[in-house]
Amino acid sequence: MAIKQLTIFVENKQGTVASITDTLADNKVNLRALSIAETETFGILRLIVNDEETAKKALSDKGYLIQTTEVVGVKIGDEPGKLSAALSVLDSAGINLEYLYAFMARTEKHAYVVLRVADNNLAEAALEKAGFHMITDADIKKL
Amino acid sequence: MENRYYQKEIETMPVEEIKRLQSEKLKKQVKHVYENVPYYRNLMDEKGVKPEDIKGIDDLHKLPLLTKADLRDAYPYGLLAKPLDECVRIQSTSGTTGRRVVAFYTQKDVDLWEDCCARAIVAAGGSKKDVCQVAYGYGLFTGGPGLNGGSHKVGCLTLPMSSGNTERQIQFMMDLNATILCCTPSYAAYIGEALKEQGYRPEDIPLKAGIFGAEAWTEEMRKQIEETLGIKAYDIYGLTETSGPGVSFECSEQTGMHINEDHFLAEIIDPDTEEVLPEGSKGELVFTALDKEAFPLLRYRTRDICVLSRKKCSCGRTLIKMAKPMGRSDDMLIIRGVNVFPSQIETVLLKEGYEPNYQIVVDRQNNTDTFDVNVEMTPDKFTDKVSEILAMEKALAGAMKTMLGINPRVHLVAPKSIARSEGKAVRVVDKRNLI
Repeated sequence: MAIKQLTIFVENKQGTVASITDTLADNKVNLRALSIAETETFGILRLIVNDEETAKKALSDKGYLIQTTEVVGVKIGDEPGKLSAALSVLDSAGINLEYLYAFMARTEKHAYVVLRVADNNLAEAALEKAGFHMITDADIKKL
Repeated sequence: MENRYYQKEIETMPVEEIKRLQSEKLKKQVKHVYENVPYYRNLMDEKGVKPEDIKGIDDLHKLPLLTKADLRDAYPYGLLAKPLDECVRIQSTSGTTGRRVVAFYTQKDVDLWEDCCARAIVAAGGSKKDVCQVAYGYGLFTGGPGLNGGSHKVGCLTLPMSSGNTERQIQFMMDLNATILCCTPSYAAYIGEALKEQGYRPEDIPLKAGIFGAEAWTEEMRKQIEETLGIKAYDIYGLTETSGPGVSFECSEQTGMHINEDHFLAEIIDPDTEEVLPEGSKGELVFTALDKEAFPLLRYRTRDICVLSRKKCSCGRTLIKMAKPMGRSDDMLIIRGVNVFPSQIETVLLKEGYEPNYQIVVDRQNNTDTFDVNVEMTPDKFTDKVSEILAMEKALAGAMKTMLGINPRVHLVAPKSIARSEGKAVRVVDKRNLI
């Protein structure tokens, strides 16, 4: 059920991210969420887009090092304490979180959280059992 | 200052006599090598040269040249000229494609090498009254053992510190009143900065002289070290293949290094045509070891580009002088005193499963060499986890350290991001401006 994240290796150079988002715009790809993990010399750009295949091809053609990573997408209510509730589910299930980032829905009153864990199935099962709803690639396309 | 010598007779011998001495030694040495080193005998046979064709130093050019590639091919025993049970020591340096250079010494070889270092220490004003702090690395590297031996021969109180642990270096220097410091110039500058930070002025520091070598340094750096430490700084030159430090050394005039030419016969050749060039020409320095028993290299190409001069020296030494090397005729880098070949980096990358797309960046900050290696990330190594990529960088740096002996900072960079000129990647960026 996991959703597809695009992972791109970027150098810490001025204009790198802009040239990536330009490429996506030229290909009519819409960004849903974006996160960057940076070090002194390089960064890892993580994207959730409405059209993963088109985006991946366009960026690969431009020479970017890109791969698809399966991540868990969870829908949570847009109110204080909801993210904590989701995270404590993972914590009690002994699931280690690598990284996470979140984005808001435009219309509905809730947010989406993208979670990177070692075992997606395990995390999804634990969250669903606690009453959380997962999102799928099909949901992302519709957003 | 009164001129003092360690072996006056040799160091001030009239040039004609030195040449006669060299000719005699050369004849014997060629015979010794021809009889005991099949590898070199084959080279001579291929060239059609017999030992009896070498009647003196004027015939030197007839002999085949040796290169680092020969040392690699003959590794480890192929150039050994004495039975192993007559050898007492090895020293070693890194070589190309991961194979090290291993040089062998008989007791006599060690003695003569230490004599050479002793000459350098005396030329720098050293005597048995001095306290000599040796902060070159000890071990396979020739720096520590060579100067340590020379210091003993002179009769100095020797502090065998080895390199590193600057706090301890300073403590011993100040508490035991070290008067001579032997180390790489960058380490001398580093120690000087550390002393300054601790509030020591040049006049508080007991040192009077320093003998610095194993890497390139500029006149500006010399001036800076001399001012910070309140000393006179002397250059020293050598290479493991011929013995180690002390092949040549600087005197009080500080205008080049006197070659211990009773032991090492120097030539300058054109690195492309291999033709011997007249005195005063700029070219590649070639050494023939005249006295070495165990590992006597004849006509060894150092790859150092330099100039020789017989101009009269105010110190009274008649030994020929070589200028500070002005560059290399190969791609070897000397980083923090360690020889680094780009091909070694390539070997590590291939072994670790990376593409050989890399760039070495060397710079000098606060008088210490910085050593960075950029490596292009590959699709199959790429991951979305920062911690894993940082671990890969660390593992690569570790593998390079094992190969080279010094630790680079490794940076994984985007594919095709390393600058290419005319389609060929620029492998080395040396920003040190040492020449």
